[in-house]
Amino acid sequence: MLKILKYSFYDLMRSRWSYVYFLFYLVLGFVLLFLNNDVSKAVITLMNIIIVLVPLIGTIFGVMYYYNSKEFTELLLAQPIKRSSIFLGQYFGVAGSLTLSLVLGLGIPFVLYGLFKSDVIFNFTLLLITGAFLTLIFTVLAFIIAISNENKIKGFGYAVLTWLFLAVIYDGLFLMSLIIFEEYPLDSLSLGAILFNPIDLARTLILLKLDISALLGYTGAVFKQFFGTNLGLFISMGVLILWTVLPIGWLTFKAKHKDF
Amino acid sequence: MIQVESLYKKFGKNKVLEGLDLHIQNGGIFAILGPNGSGKTTLIKAILGMVLPNKGKISVLGDSIKNKWKYRQEIEYLPQIANFPGNLKVKELITMIKDLRNKPSEESHLITLFGLEPFLDKKLANLSGGTKQKVNIVLTFMFNSPIIILDEPTNGLDPQAVIHLKELIQKEKQKGKTILVTSHIMQFVEEVADNIVYLLEGKIYFKGSIAELMKMTDQVDFEHAIATIANTKTNA
Repeated sequence: MLKILKYSFYDLMRSRWSYVYFLFYLVLGFVLLFLNNDVSKAVITLMNIIIVLVPLIGTIFGVMYYYNSKEFTELLLAQPIKRSSIFLGQYFGVAGSLTLSLVLGLGIPFVLYGLFKSDVIFNFTLLLITGAFLTLIFTVLAFIIAISNENKIKGFGYAVLTWLFLAVIYDGLFLMSLIIFEEYPLDSLSLGAILFNPIDLARTLILLKLDISALLGYTGAVFKQFFGTNLGLFISMGVLILWTVLPIGWLTFKAKHKDF
Repeated sequence: MIQVESLYKKFGKNKVLEGLDLHIQNGGIFAILGPNGSGKTTLIKAILGMVLPNKGKISVLGDSIKNKWKYRQEIEYLPQIANFPGNLKVKELITMIKDLRNKPSEESHLITLFGLEPFLDKKLANLSGGTKQKVNIVLTFMFNSPIIILDEPTNGLDPQAVIHLKELIQKEKQKGKTILVTSHIMQFVEEVADNIVYLLEGKIYFKGSIAELMKMTDQVDFEHAIATIANTKTNA
């Protein structure tokens, strides 16, 4: 698997898009820091961007890479390599290079600005960890969608719809359900709803850590009230890991049972 | 060497292989023939583990291949359509496959034989179909494995390259290897193959030497003999 990972990673590192993504975060980091002139405020603004953008990039890169490397995959399938190694290697290659762009792109400006001297270093680290998780989750979802659809256009469409649903529509439905059923006790429903959406989960996780009640949306407020800060942090982290591990397992299963 | 027992495979509603049995002993060149869509490529891909059969058993070198992958170390495969990652250079592709296979290889004389030196530093996306096929052949023949599977090896090759390819195949045969070939060019098949395996409607319709086939069909010409099989079956 490591060999495949190496080749996929090199392949992506040579592609223009990894640099575009890296430069985007680099510029974003610098601009936010100079506009806000405050590291902790910049972290909050960044969170709002990361939570929507990272999943989108993960989804698009994942689908594009899968379809573009179809030939490479077919070449590898005839070689003495385990099937799961081929797909996991490619997946970690994509997710790894995206995470690297994110961490370096945001890390460099913040470190230059004096992150290590400021007290938000843990919040910032948490932000990067959640970003990494979102990359892992949405890239694997994109891979699953791509492997299940031979038709590129369909695969691309489903992938973008999945992102749109989890990033935008889900919250809308959630809020609507809260308004419609406001007379009922909704705590457990809201909690469940958050756990089933990695984007909400990531947002809650960061907000709980940042401890800024004003920025907690309704979803976060319920979560915090119910769990208290530490337990909430622990549970949401655990669920994020589940959100990563289970789809990877599903991808391996799909890869094992597909004809090429 | 390769044993296929009652192999069934369907894609959706399309039944491609219906209880196919095939036993291939050690050594020799076997041509797998059959009309378009008769399941030649599916059979090959099933042997390689790329297509998973619905039913049936395949063994390579005495062991069942189900859920296995190491046996592919013993098989060299030339795919029908030479699709390679376009942003790699020819040289890089060869190095990569060598790295993945982790086996001694002798590619230099093959590169010279097919005149690929000027292309080594070119990206695969910029190569013509024929040149890609030559790269494909180099990748297939550079290792020393007991089984070689060639799916339409002459695709896009110029006459000189076809002659080199035939020589290569004969050389590998003399080393005692088992070679499976599919081709639509009967002249090529007649020249290289020792045995014919004819697939029809998902089963083996005929297996034997070219002489036996001509005797059975009452034809003196190989191409007509093959055409006769196809006709008798559709008329019957």
